[in-house]
Amino acid sequence: MSASASLWPRIEPLLAKVQKPARYIGCEDGSQTPVHGPGKVAWLLVYPDAYEVGLPNQGLQILYEILNERDDAVAERAYAPWLDLEELMRARGVPLFSVDTHRAASDFDVIGFGLAAELVFTNLLNCLDLAGIPIHAERRDETHPIVVGGGHCTFNPEPLADFVDAFVIGDGEEAVGELTARVREWKTSGRTPGSRHNLLRELSHVDGVYVPSMYEVAYDGPDLVAVTPRYADVPEVVEKRTIADLGEWPYPKSQLVPLTEVVHDRLNVEVFRGCTRGCRFCQAGMITRPVRERPAEQVRTMVAEGLRRTGYDEVALTSLSSADFSGIDNLIGDIIDAPENCGQVSVSLPSLRVDAFGVGVASEIQKVRRTGLTFAPEGGTWRLRQVINKLIREEDLYGAVDAAFSQGWRRVKLYFLTGLPTELDEDTLGIAELARNCVAIGKQHNKSASVTASVGGFVPKPHTPFQWFGQNSVEELYRKIGLLRDATRHDRGVQLKWHDPKASLAEGLASRGDRRIGAVIEEVWRRGGTFQEWSEKFDLALWHDAMAAHGLDVEWYVNRHRHEDEVLPWDHVRAGLHKDFLWQDWQDALAEHGIPDCRWTPCYDCGVCTGYGIEHVVASSTPPAGGSQGTGQDLSTGGAVPVTLLPVGGRA
Amino acid sequence: MRVRLRFSKLGKIRFTSHRDVARMFERAFRRTGLPVAYSGGFAPRPKVSFGLALPTGAESVAEYLDVELSRHVDPAALPGSLSPALPVGVDVTAAAAVDGRAPSLQQEVTSCVWVVELPELGEAAVASLAGETLAARTLAATRERKGKPVTDDLRPAIISLTADGTTLTFELATQPRGVRPTEVLGVVRPDIEIGAVRRINQWIERDGARCDPMEVDPAATDAPERNEHVRAGSPTGGDLDAPVDPDGGLRLTQPRAQAAAG
Repeated sequence: MSASASLWPRIEPLLAKVQKPARYIGCEDGSQTPVHGPGKVAWLLVYPDAYEVGLPNQGLQILYEILNERDDAVAERAYAPWLDLEELMRARGVPLFSVDTHRAASDFDVIGFGLAAELVFTNLLNCLDLAGIPIHAERRDETHPIVVGGGHCTFNPEPLADFVDAFVIGDGEEAVGELTARVREWKTSGRTPGSRHNLLRELSHVDGVYVPSMYEVAYDGPDLVAVTPRYADVPEVVEKRTIADLGEWPYPKSQLVPLTEVVHDRLNVEVFRGCTRGCRFCQAGMITRPVRERPAEQVRTMVAEGLRRTGYDEVALTSLSSADFSGIDNLIGDIIDAPENCGQVSVSLPSLRVDAFGVGVASEIQKVRRTGLTFAPEGGTWRLRQVINKLIREEDLYGAVDAAFSQGWRRVKLYFLTGLPTELDEDTLGIAELARNCVAIGKQHNKSASVTASVGGFVPKPHTPFQWFGQNSVEELYRKIGLLRDATRHDRGVQLKWHDPKASLAEGLASRGDRRIGAVIEEVWRRGGTFQEWSEKFDLALWHDAMAAHGLDVEWYVNRHRHEDEVLPWDHVRAGLHKDFLWQDWQDALAEHGIPDCRWTPCYDCGVCTGYGIEHVVASSTPPAGGSQGTGQDLSTGGAVPVTLLPVGGRA
Repeated sequence: MRVRLRFSKLGKIRFTSHRDVARMFERAFRRTGLPVAYSGGFAPRPKVSFGLALPTGAESVAEYLDVELSRHVDPAALPGSLSPALPVGVDVTAAAAVDGRAPSLQQEVTSCVWVVELPELGEAAVASLAGETLAARTLAATRERKGKPVTDDLRPAIISLTADGTTLTFELATQPRGVRPTEVLGVVRPDIEIGAVRRINQWIERDGARCDPMEVDPAATDAPERNEHVRAGSPTGGDLDAPVDPDGGLRLTQPRAQAAAG
């Protein structure tokens, strides 16, 4: 609110004493130094984890640009200061600051948190506290900023309901403008006493916005009975926001180029949003339906302009399954062969499906340099892959691995989950078997061929068919990993890596918890549990102690199977999927029945397109090599409803 | 052809690391379409070699790098084209062609001049700190190298040290290793708060004369081919204007006093 000075003179002397001080200086190519003003709503977009993890987050970068393009808003960025700087900041009374103009967080009107992972929840509290803002929403008044949350974790907002004023559910591109307009009115009318409540009530009327303080929660013993609006004008159910056409949102236009090392340090171009492969463990695929492809011409333009502007020599074509992009082979070839790229620009495809990876794609990619290849069969046996609806046949995997090794790769990474529904030890051990067979294929091409099998512990997520599944205990996950370690001990060429399953318990609590878990998150934070995403900082005992301190039962929240008629904490937030569709899909999973990809086969009415009146936007109704889900099913009947075909040539 | 660039690193960007700066230049080369030569093999790398690493947090107006180009480019145009493609605070201030077979910057540079601000000490304290440092017969510093403590004497590396107000100017030898002014101060007065640190010169001692790394070989600037030819027939180098020390030894005294004043 105040005419604020930059905190830089107070921050600068601290930076000489910390590790990686470049995390805090801003100055990235693409960063902005907006001019604040009384008629402009000032947003501070915070990724509540370390800079090197937060900076590449595309969601925040998109909103940063969209807000700064508006006449009525400015946006800056902040990240969680690492422990060494936090200690100095607390000792010297320096508050959380933006990296763009080094302004105090409390000088902004809105603090928007990007929530991409549950384990950052304690950092959200820490950021608010460092900003000098009360962590509890109910303790804030007109002098404090509005605290907003967005990102995939908000599809179950309840664990953060005590701390966040408003959640934006789903795509944020349009909603941020609607929030800005209402906050601007509040700001220009002088933030009079009592006006905060009115503003929040007003915000609850915006489509896709959930204001937890407007809802009452009723329990019966441990059981959740209902989450109901306190006022008649507040919606009973909050439906997610979806941008119908990705082509209208060619963001980020000026991707930030960090000055120091970050994860995913490359040009990222989102080629489509949404995925209907239907993997039952995958929350992202369920909550981002339908598939909305970016027109290929626009992708080409964004790649060419992005490379020219940034000087990167790598571009990632991002999405939940990029090999499914219509015409992906041509696109990759065009980028790699473009004369202005001088044969120096490599293309990487995160989330590569094995059924769409052939020698063609492999030989294109390896022309420049062989970026790491990761395939994700997820489950060790065909039976288990039917349960999770990751319908990749063993032959598909071996074909992809053979293509990679034949094109000169020496190492391939395979990603698996363990602790999946119905998983038997033979399924777990199937991981070792697959890895071993892949090494044998590799040895036909190269004596030093090796395979890294990376194993993660499965955490069931809201709005998926597995939301009713009782998560494996930490002990059980350790046992399964132990089985795999024993099984691969004597396999030269198979390297087993695993994520420590300890953190899966905390992730499970935060994923499927109700409002009562807020007190647990607060307790863990008060006991010093920040940066829980970082294995060296994760402390399982903190979470057990905090649960016990609040009389809550870990088993009840995380490990028990839930009932069909149970009220789930996120039932009042909708991703468009019918609950009975999800239940049916859960039953199909238990019966080991797969389900096709509806972008290429007839609609099975999950509820999203029909409910929201939107459709798939894809340039081709023909699936890539491997067919729909690799099952070889006849696709000639597919594509009728509700697939929209982009005009040939697309729009730029 | 090989081109040597001089650049500065000033302001907030000084908190980036040596490796960060390397990445900034690689991106700037690509953005400006500079025909950088690449190494062969599985993972081709641009042929760029940086001089002595600047400590993270220190400023400099005297950083250098050598870049190998696959075809001829007019070096005079490079400061103007590269600076806008680099982040604010990093500017290319000079460029010149150098002999492709010259030793690396790392091998050639013999000393650096550093200016260190000590704002929390008074002028008198800074002056006496300088005297105390120069009077010391040895300055034993222990650092960790490959996980093991190593102790060496920093005193022989101090070529000159002068105090001016609350500013110290060091000239420190870079062979056998690059000693940093903060290391010296850490031994003499480990408790003091060190302010801004800036590198203002790097010097190459050649044939008894001290040269800026940009001045290595004026003949090379416009006609690298001719320079190659001259070099081939002249063991003392093609640096025709430079004074030649007949003994081939190092002339230490005169030029350094001037540097300390700068």
